[in-house]
Amino acid sequence: MTVSLLPVWAVLAPVIGLCALLLLERRQRPERVAAPFVAIGLYLSLSIAYEVMTRDAPLVYALGGWLPPLGLTLRADGVGAVLLALTALVMVGVAICAWAPAEGAGMRGRFSFWALLLALWSALNLAFTAQDLFNFFVALEMLSFSAVALVALDGSRDALIAALRYLLFALAGSVLYLLGVGLIYGRYAVLDLAGLREIAQAEPVTLAALALMTVGLMAKAALFPLHLWLPPAHASAPAPASAVLSALVVKAPFLIILRLWVDLLPLSAATAPAQILAGLGGAAILLFSILALRQQRLKLMIAYSTLAQIGYLFLMFPLMPGQDPWLDIGWTGGILQLVSHGIAKAAMFLAAGLIYEALGHDRVNEFAGLARRQPVTLVAFAIAGLSLMGLPPSGGFVAKLLLLTAAVEAGAWWIAIVILAGGILAAFYVFRALGNALAEGTPAVVPVAFYRQGAVLALALCALALGFVPLRPFALLAVGRPLEAMEALP
Amino acid sequence: MSATILGLTGALLVGIGLFGLIVHPTALRKLLAFNLVGAGVFLFFGVVARRAAAAGLPGDPVPQAIVITGIVVAFAATALAATLLARLSEPGEQP
Repeated sequence: MTVSLLPVWAVLAPVIGLCALLLLERRQRPERVAAPFVAIGLYLSLSIAYEVMTRDAPLVYALGGWLPPLGLTLRADGVGAVLLALTALVMVGVAICAWAPAEGAGMRGRFSFWALLLALWSALNLAFTAQDLFNFFVALEMLSFSAVALVALDGSRDALIAALRYLLFALAGSVLYLLGVGLIYGRYAVLDLAGLREIAQAEPVTLAALALMTVGLMAKAALFPLHLWLPPAHASAPAPASAVLSALVVKAPFLIILRLWVDLLPLSAATAPAQILAGLGGAAILLFSILALRQQRLKLMIAYSTLAQIGYLFLMFPLMPGQDPWLDIGWTGGILQLVSHGIAKAAMFLAAGLIYEALGHDRVNEFAGLARRQPVTLVAFAIAGLSLMGLPPSGGFVAKLLLLTAAVEAGAWWIAIVILAGGILAAFYVFRALGNALAEGTPAVVPVAFYRQGAVLALALCALALGFVPLRPFALLAVGRPLEAMEALP
Repeated sequence: MSATILGLTGALLVGIGLFGLIVHPTALRKLLAFNLVGAGVFLFFGVVARRAAAAGLPGDPVPQAIVITGIVVAFAATALAATLLARLSEPGEQP
């Protein structure tokens, strides 16, 4: 355990950027002010990842010198560090892609976009480093509010309806989560995860509390059957915002569910909660992959694909049978799926945004001739698609292979079949879009700056590069587990 | 005794609110139902704070801190949802 201020700065730096934006003159361009803070955020996140990797120990900071149970700590463990780095990478890609040309209308929309992007980044960093149930709540609320506002940014009627529906689902989720926190506090009088780990028992109150919290978080993570808000919300947000929403925002509640069932109350893989979560995940993969095939609009298709890929994350719960789940391949496979889907889906949504800009629409059936006019974007889309399908070499391939191996080892054949079927269905919907784009045709195309296409391609190549990590439990992802209570300030 | 009554009232509010949240199709009613659930949960936190009295303390500050945060969040959320609703019902918008 290393004491370090870096996690605190990772949460604070975007907020400072947000305050700087508020000082902006009317005529100045918001991206010029936000860009240095994006760079600082990238630097902070990468240094956290580097420190955790080289020291082989989590970075911890007790805010104000107050230790748990009264104080709050921020702690970047192995998984947290990886997710901070993922967030920074996606944010940089989104920032480059959203860098608008000098003139152009909608200055107010652009100001809001950059302000909300920074707010979202702070919330994500807090969600990935928080250590107690209360801080999770704060992070989730910051996340929901900035995400809902990003969905409504467009201002059209559809966008407002989608934002309202998203907000209502998120609120229902928060209030259920808070009720669970109340039950836990009433029973144990502790909110800190490490402290709870020592005293929590698998008794009815605790299980009821965890069930309430899990259902609340499922609504925020859009796990089937609480998914209804996601497709309209992610499809009507501006494309760079959709990329962040799909790649990162739904991952934070998932990580908290994972931490509840692994860090707070370690349950063996064979128990009912693990099976139920995996069952819902499996249903999501099959149902939403088929629905993705039927969509006419590219952004809706990608949104349904997000729902299906979230299903894969929940398959990991019954695939960690060991005493130390973080040493199992199911753990590595699940986290790797989270990271590779994050990068690939960000690239895909950004590519969809550039296609929309070029064509003026995103109807899949009218893509003929696109590949010739916008080859770089299409190549990026195809590479990101490889990762979603789980074809080698890509991060998605390694993740799905690890999950598949874990399923076969655990004797869970239905999970293995679902993983394979999901991959085949993903191939159908990715190839449907690509096949239409490769057809002969001469569409009217508005040129899109090359550096923006290049940023999308770079993100997609990162998803590809993840395919070269070794096929075994990854030591970094086990750093900082099991949780240890902080006894004194070093 | 009063803790039991308060707790049961909280549970009742949560129940009514959840029912409304699931059954009512219109967004405004869902928003009001959410506020009912919220009130029930905050009341429940109050009961939890009262239980510290058994240890000789006047009250436990941690649940109170959570309730204050929760109320602020619920207020902000209601304001955001009401703004979205107001924008949707503006005369220029098609119903």
